[in-house]
Order: sequence, then structure tokens, then C-alpha cells
Amino acid sequence: MKNDHRPINVNPSDLFAFAWPISALASITHRIAGVVLFIGIAFGLYALDMSLGSAQGFDTLHSMMKSPIGMFVTWGLLSALAYHFVAGLKHLFLDLEYGDTLEGSKFAARTTLLVSAILIVLAGLWVIQG
Amino acid sequence: MVTQVTSFSRNGLSDFIVQRVTAYVLALYTVVVLGFILTAGGMTYEIWQGFFNQTWMQVFTLLALLSTCAHAWVGMWTIGTDYIREHYFGENANAIRLVYQVGCVLALACYIIWGVQILWGS
Repeated sequence: MKNDHRPINVNPSDLFAFAWPISALASITHRIAGVVLFIGIAFGLYALDMSLGSAQGFDTLHSMMKSPIGMFVTWGLLSALAYHFVAGLKHLFLDLEYGDTLEGSKFAARTTLLVSAILIVLAGLWVIQG
Repeated sequence: MVTQVTSFSRNGLSDFIVQRVTAYVLALYTVVVLGFILTAGGMTYEIWQGFFNQTWMQVFTLLALLSTCAHAWVGMWTIGTDYIREHYFGENANAIRLVYQVGCVLALACYIIWGVQILWGS
């Protein structure tokens, strides 16, 4: 008997042919933020190296982070961290069987996007101000 | 179909546990470091260096770095096996994925060595 309900491969060109449930959007963003952080570790270590090496290094890093590019990179990495952190908490709640129904997953995805959006705005204000 | 499986621990269940345990460590580390920065007021080199010069903070930082690398390996492995496969990459998919995975491991190994150097070097 032929089973017509087998999973299919989705090609990149098909991605916008589907309506994206909000949980799918929250999930792919978690993954993208993770890849950004994988590369971001290098920036984090570079900053830690410089800031702990000497007082001059600390000051140089501080002025680098105040330049437009430095502010953008700092904000971008903080945003990826904020999103990955909040979306990760969603998974830890799922482990405890919170939000594992269809309605629950929609609520969890909306909450993830809302809370991380607030944190990303706050990170932007902190970067501009500091 | 992916025939070559080289997960972090060659076992999906322990990969799951590793991903969770490291997530808890990293969440706590993030809260501690950002909390310190936000509550310190005007940050200076002396305050910053003094914070990282404590043994518990050095241990916690290395633990966080090792957790980052284990966590990132499980994540990057998952992404590699999801996307780098024959349907998308043709018959060379296994070779491309192997190169990708080796690249990830080498990058993470460099991160660990660099981190140790920062914490205890010179």
C-alpha cells in the first residue's frame, strides 16, 4: 500500500510557498541566532582577551565598541544572545511539559518573540547609551 | 538518507542531555556576567579584571566555554545533518558534511585553547 503521507523534502525555493506557523518562525530564528553566536564566540573571546590583557586594551576595546560598527556588532550579538536565551528557555519549559499542546506552542512562540523583542530594544538602548 | 552518524556522543539521548545541561550552565553564566556588568555602575579595568581574577570566576568561565563548545557542536551537527544531505547537495553531500563538521570541531577546539590562554596565559 502506498503511503501518501510520508514527509517530503522542502526546497529553498518552496520556503515561501508555505504559510509559516508562528512556532516555525520562532524555531528557525532560534537556529539562525545559534549560528550567529557560534561565530560570535570569536568576537566574545577577542573582547575578553583585550579587556583583561591591560588597562590600555580595556580602553581601546571600549572605544571600538563605541564606534558605529562596534555598536552594531555589539547590539547584533547581544540580540542573538537574547533571542537564543529566551527561545532556549522555551525548550526547557517544554521539557517540563509546559507548552506542548498546539495552543501552548503558539502562546510560547508569541511570548518568545515578544520578550526577546523587548530585550533586543533594551540592548540597543544600552549600547547607544553606554 | 544520512547514513553516516557522528553525533557528539554517538548517542542521541546523551546528546539531548548534554544540550540541556550545558544550556543551564550557559543561562546561569549569562545572567551572572550581564548582572555583574549592569550592577557594577561605571565599569573600569580594575573592577573588570578583579572580577575575572577570582578563582571561582575563572573556573566558571572555563566551564561556560566548554559548555558553549559542547552545546554548539550538538547544534551545528544538527544543522549539518538537516541541510547538508544528498537531496540538496547531490552525491558529494557526505563529503561536504564531513568537511563542515571537521571545520566546526577545529573552530571549537581553537576557542577552547584561546579561552585557556586568556584566563591563565602570560
